[in-house]
Amino acid sequence: MPAYLLEIFVVLLGLAMLGMEAFAGRGSRATIGLVGVAGLGLTFALLLFAVCCPEEGLSYWGIYHFDRPAAFYKGIALLSTMLVLVMAREFAPVLKRYTSQAEAHAGLGEFYSLPVFVCAGLMWMASAKDLITIFVSLEVVTMGFYVLVAYMRRNVGSLEAGVKYLILGALSTGFLVYGIAWVYGVTGEFELAAIGEVLAGGAYSERAALFAFALVAVGLGFKIAAVPFQIWVPDVYQGAPMPVTAFLSVGSKAAGFIVLLRVAEPFLGAPAINGPVVLLLAVLTCATLIYGNLGAIPQTNVKRLLAYSSIAHAGFLLMALPSVAGGGEIAGPGGGQAISFYLAGYLLMTLLCFTVLTVVRAGTGAEDLGGLAGLAKRSPLLAFAMLVGVASLAGVPLTVGFFGKFFLFNIAVQEAMRSGLWIVVSVAVLGAAAGFYYYFKIIRAMYWDDAGADGDPGGDAALQLGGLTRVAVVLLVLAVLFFGIYPAPILGLLG
Amino acid sequence: MTLLLIIFLPIIAAAAIGLGAPARLAALLASGANLFLGLVVALVVALKGDGEMHFESARQLLDSPELTLGFGVDGISATLVLLTVIVTFCAVLVSPARVAGRGEGLYYISSLLIAAGALGAFCATDLFFFYAFHELALIPTFLMIGLHGHGRDRVATAWKITIYLGAGSLVLLAGLIALYASLSPAGGATFDIAKLTELAAGGEVEPGVQAWIFLVLLIGFGTLVSLFPFHSWAAPAYAAAPTPVAMLHAGVLKKFGLYGMMRVAFPMLPEGFREPLWAGGWTPEDILLVLLLGNILYVGLVTISQRYLDRMLGASSVMHMGYAFLGIACLNAAGWGGAVFMMFAHGISIALLFALCGALRGRLDTLEMSRLGGLGARVPVTATLFAFAAFASLGLPGFANFASEITIFFAAFEGALGGDAAGLGGLQVATVLALWGVVISAVYMLRAYRNIFQGELGGDRRPDEVSPLERGVAVLMIAVLLLTGFFPNLILNLVGPALGLPH
Repeated sequence: MPAYLLEIFVVLLGLAMLGMEAFAGRGSRATIGLVGVAGLGLTFALLLFAVCCPEEGLSYWGIYHFDRPAAFYKGIALLSTMLVLVMAREFAPVLKRYTSQAEAHAGLGEFYSLPVFVCAGLMWMASAKDLITIFVSLEVVTMGFYVLVAYMRRNVGSLEAGVKYLILGALSTGFLVYGIAWVYGVTGEFELAAIGEVLAGGAYSERAALFAFALVAVGLGFKIAAVPFQIWVPDVYQGAPMPVTAFLSVGSKAAGFIVLLRVAEPFLGAPAINGPVVLLLAVLTCATLIYGNLGAIPQTNVKRLLAYSSIAHAGFLLMALPSVAGGGEIAGPGGGQAISFYLAGYLLMTLLCFTVLTVVRAGTGAEDLGGLAGLAKRSPLLAFAMLVGVASLAGVPLTVGFFGKFFLFNIAVQEAMRSGLWIVVSVAVLGAAAGFYYYFKIIRAMYWDDAGADGDPGGDAALQLGGLTRVAVVLLVLAVLFFGIYPAPILGLLG
Repeated sequence: MTLLLIIFLPIIAAAAIGLGAPARLAALLASGANLFLGLVVALVVALKGDGEMHFESARQLLDSPELTLGFGVDGISATLVLLTVIVTFCAVLVSPARVAGRGEGLYYISSLLIAAGALGAFCATDLFFFYAFHELALIPTFLMIGLHGHGRDRVATAWKITIYLGAGSLVLLAGLIALYASLSPAGGATFDIAKLTELAAGGEVEPGVQAWIFLVLLIGFGTLVSLFPFHSWAAPAYAAAPTPVAMLHAGVLKKFGLYGMMRVAFPMLPEGFREPLWAGGWTPEDILLVLLLGNILYVGLVTISQRYLDRMLGASSVMHMGYAFLGIACLNAAGWGGAVFMMFAHGISIALLFALCGALRGRLDTLEMSRLGGLGARVPVTATLFAFAAFASLGLPGFANFASEITIFFAAFEGALGGDAAGLGGLQVATVLALWGVVISAVYMLRAYRNIFQGELGGDRRPDEVSPLERGVAVLMIAVLLLTGFFPNLILNLVGPALGLPH
């Protein structure tokens, strides 16, 4: 079956869920989220067994490409959306409070179906190899997020986040479009492969090409939360509903990096402008690593802490970008593989953390570190799950996060041995060391601190978590540990 | 299979405790079985005596880069495995049967995971897992010091050790990546330690590059061993840590860095140690000799000035690492044999001292030595055991520590006093200076003993004697120290065949 049917299926699923909200009876409305999870699961199965993976890349109408990396990113999009829907179900009581609906689960249909549309956009983006398709699919994703971020309309924080995300998102879109126009002006092409040929050929204005790349980098810098385009991240992460924050940090970042990988490749592969592009990326990398890791240190709100950590992770991922076009000179996985692996691992560990936080938020109403205090006592399973997730984010060995970080450092060190830019590695080492502090702050809160010292709303009461959530948490923990010892399946998918 | 069992028994036991098994029983069973298996492994390796890897098992996880979950032991690692299983068993035995507050399970899980991490690192034949297993101890240490640690500044101490060791590990990681990437042939990246060592012998990497990678590895491994000036995490952490963690960390885990120098840095960078970092400049050898004197003399003086017993023991353990580095710096079979022997002897003796220190802590209101005194009359058995431990630590003849230190000192002068290349170099000068460390050790250990157990009774303290269990543990460790002290060849013959030196 042709791969593009998957996107069509997902869009139809989203429409069906909207239709359920409008026409179905009260009882069946509560199952909208479940329908979404099941539908996406079915799509995932289709992707694995019916579509995946052709020997060589397929191309439809010149705008839709399907190969192993595309399948990989489609899988990432489907899995993360499924988990976000599971989280959204846990989060429904909180949402209800801030949307003032009359009955449980009513009026939340959009909250379940919008992630599905975003998912369709993400999947399409994985197959886009020309600038126009990339731009349109990226906007499909961003539009969905504009609504989702501001969904808790009676919550000032959520509204503030929505406004900030909308304005800065629109601004970054402007930069991106302008950059694309310049790329077209310099090369006369929209196809990335053709752009690469023109740039490698050498008959163009280098200064204009660099300007075009800088504009595109600004636009995408917003999406991946690279410094200095990160201003929106902490506030939006903090204000958005918890499942949306999780989706933003995984989906939006993955989207940004897929595009950045594709767009940067022709520029990095052009000998005439490779030097300045690498230098520009090195500056971005260092600034992002320093800002993200240092900014996370004093945070007490967990969402805000993870927002800064998300910036820091963008910095680590950027380290591997210069080697994307190198090809074969790196001992170990190359840039594209390493970044894809890291994103897959990042998905697992970030969603694990956010699932736990969603349960805690729904149970205690707290989003700061105090809400996690004594979690080891209230729910050993959740505390252990969070411990694994946080350890993986910090890059403790024998978790998937360590493998990811290892591959990235592997590339960064080898790049430095070639180019002499040891400053990037040094900053990354210091940043990762700082990471031990702020991630372990979460561990400390869960295991050392006592809950309920000063009228904590949750107290020592055990936290409730639904059956589906429990399964998701256990599976995620096992996956983080399993891929931390045996990464071959993920690397195998990447080819 | 035997090795896999040794490494994974503690992990399985930890998982079982997490799922609700009785904590102390499971930990005792696992560490007891491990003690037996460790003895068997050491015995087999000693009997074979051929310097090869034994008990090998390997499962390839990735083709490119070649990544293998592989384990094996030769004489060096067998000695360290033996050390680990002995100390782990003793640490579990002296752990309290009831843990105050919450988290009895966590208490034993942490000890077991630290032990498993050390065992995995010592047995790994793959550079990646060699590194990864060591880090297994990071979170348990952090939790244990924070949850069950002693002293007011235990929180600050927990942060300090975590960040310090985390940063040191990352520096080490950067060095290891540079190492494997420069050694691997194009398209055939591998983490296999044996293959990398073989590639290194080919001499493809320029000596100047080797020297710089060596320096990075020295800083990384050095931080983990508390090499001066990267040592300031160690003494407070050991003082604040619960007894089993202090025993395992100071006794076993710290040896990882030394082991790494012997297993990775020297064999894979054969010319890096004595190559100037820049033209006419310092070599890593010069730097190491200066730093290890910092350990022995500077930290030695710091140890003398400590007022609390636990702090003093922590600082003394930092100081003794200088001797182990000296043995490694000799770069001959005798020196390396002495260094491994020293790691074994020091590991047992410092674990013994921390076990006794923990016993005293539970029975006294303070460990400030000047406020104690005359306890020998109240608790003669404890005093005697402590005297043995102190004598072992300061290197009294008859104990393993003496045999290992004297081996190292002699090794440093090998070839320097006669033969073709006779002449005193930096190594010999450093050794002469390092000899003063023996005096320093005697000063602080004997002063500590006098202040605590002899003289006037300080205050009206009537502590209990150590329990029969603690007595048994102490006697066991003293017996090991005396046995290997009188028959050093038990260890030296085990280590000897494995010392394939780079020169």
